[in-house]
Amino acid sequence: MNFISNFILSYNYYIIIFLMISGLFIVVAKGNMVKKLIGLALFQTSVYILYISPGKIIGGTAPIIDNSYTVYSSPFPHVLILTAIVVGIATLSVGLALVIRINDEFGTIEEDELFEKEEL
Amino acid sequence: MIPNEHLPAILVTLPILSSILVMLFRNATFSWIVTSISCTITAFFSIILYLDVYNSGVISYAMGGWEPPIGIEYRIDLLNALLISLISIASSLIILYARRSLKEEAGNNKQSTFYSMYSLCLAGLIGILSTGDAFNAFVFLEISSLATYIMISIGHNKRALVAAYQYLIMGTIGATLYVIGVGLIFVITGSLNLVDISNQMENIELLRPVYAALAFITVGISLKIALFPLHAWLPNAYAYAPSVGTAFLSSTATKVAIYLLLKYVFLVFGYELIYSNILFSTVIIVLSIAAMFGASLVAIFQSNIKKLFAYSSISQIGYITLGVGIANYNGLIGSTVHIINHSIIKAAIFLVIGCLIFQIKDMSIVRLSGLGKRMPLMATCLTLSSISLIGIPGTVGFVSKWYLVVGAIEKGWWIVVLAIAISSILALIYVGRIIEIMWFQEPEDSEISKFPNIPIEMTIITVILTLATIYFGVDTRFTAGLATLAVENVLLGGAH
Repeated sequence: MNFISNFILSYNYYIIIFLMISGLFIVVAKGNMVKKLIGLALFQTSVYILYISPGKIIGGTAPIIDNSYTVYSSPFPHVLILTAIVVGIATLSVGLALVIRINDEFGTIEEDELFEKEEL
Repeated sequence: MIPNEHLPAILVTLPILSSILVMLFRNATFSWIVTSISCTITAFFSIILYLDVYNSGVISYAMGGWEPPIGIEYRIDLLNALLISLISIASSLIILYARRSLKEEAGNNKQSTFYSMYSLCLAGLIGILSTGDAFNAFVFLEISSLATYIMISIGHNKRALVAAYQYLIMGTIGATLYVIGVGLIFVITGSLNLVDISNQMENIELLRPVYAALAFITVGISLKIALFPLHAWLPNAYAYAPSVGTAFLSSTATKVAIYLLLKYVFLVFGYELIYSNILFSTVIIVLSIAAMFGASLVAIFQSNIKKLFAYSSISQIGYITLGVGIANYNGLIGSTVHIINHSIIKAAIFLVIGCLIFQIKDMSIVRLSGLGKRMPLMATCLTLSSISLIGIPGTVGFVSKWYLVVGAIEKGWWIVVLAIAISSILALIYVGRIIEIMWFQEPEDSEISKFPNIPIEMTIITVILTLATIYFGVDTRFTAGLATLAVENVLLGGAH
């Protein structure tokens, strides 16, 4: 019973772990370079939620000081994750730019074909 | 005249500004001049910063005037001031060398991009070293990594693109794992300031999330370090990047990642927490020894000289992390001094290779035959700098191995001592093979006259770095002396 109630109370973390693992799985299992980047983005996004969800207090409001509220959610994780999102976008765009160049040079973005052609 | 109290911020912003300036004008010569000036000034400032810390103790700089622990703190101590000086001096030497080598290897239209990314990467690395904020370190880690991916992809072989892509995937996974670890710490302590976190560490009763955070952070940083099973990105990245880029990366990027690991192990989690459990040091030592053997064995069978030294880098990184695993006074000095020494050695070696590519336009080892007769100066430089990798007395490699061996003996770990000895023999084999081909085989053809001469600035910088590998092997005041000071004051800081 204890386990089940624990599970239900912290269901957000199980969702995050599921997203994280699926992202990593896509990166490892797929040979298509764009799909790998999608997996990578999923992996990063799951971490954003990992940060955001402990910052939320149930019943808490936005952290603007006002007499009618006493419970506030922490604004700190949001600020951090804004930065992390920017970093994530930068990484994704550099990655996609590289994939475009690879497609121009090699004529394929499937890793299997690439390694067959080039013996990397 | 120089605003001393703002030096930590200037050291990071100056390269970023030069990077932007270069990107705006996109003229190769102009870019080189701007980047050279900014790197030289950075190196000059970093030495002033070191002297400041040396004279007046740890500097805590509140970025933007926001006091820590709420604002971002830049914390400069003797260890990171030393490493900031090391990487900025290395980068200013390499950039002076870069111009004609890069023109040869990258083509005209990509040079200014390379210079821009070079400054940006330097800014990121100095940022990682100086920041005292866990999340800020992640941002700088990504700044330097993104710049690195682009520097690698500029290599003239089209495989450079694939190498950069693979590094991007691995590097991003590493950085994300690091962020997960930082997130766990943040949830436990509610702080991102490393000093604040380490103060709270003593009072934490529930250690399981702390260990999970340690695991995530260690694995994440290890991907950046290229510690043995996570090294897959390194050989291709080093082999296909322009030689200037390879010299820069091998002498700075992995070293900075190792510093970050040292910082977390000793300054954040603390010696007691980590080494009270034998698991951490066992894992690190086993992986380090695996790197020392495995990578050296692979290096012996390489036909591409850049790849050979890339694998040698992995095995040398094994020595550095070995010291982290040994974790006593001499072991840590060994680690720290090898960060400095290996950085000098690999900068020298890859710059020699840059000169060779400038003339031979080929990286295969067989083309080195008879190099002793055709280019005696370069052959001598390559020989001198690569025997340092073996650890022959009188070279820098010997100094660091000496400390590591003494550290291992003090712990009574004779297997580790034996491993250091055997892996030195493996290094002897791969270095010996190059020396044999260079000095004792006849040149395969006599087209020497067709080669353009090596530009004077490339020769001078290469010779300076090669002489440094010998000089610091004899006079260890600046390497082992300063490393000892750093370990005594920072890593073991009285807790010893």
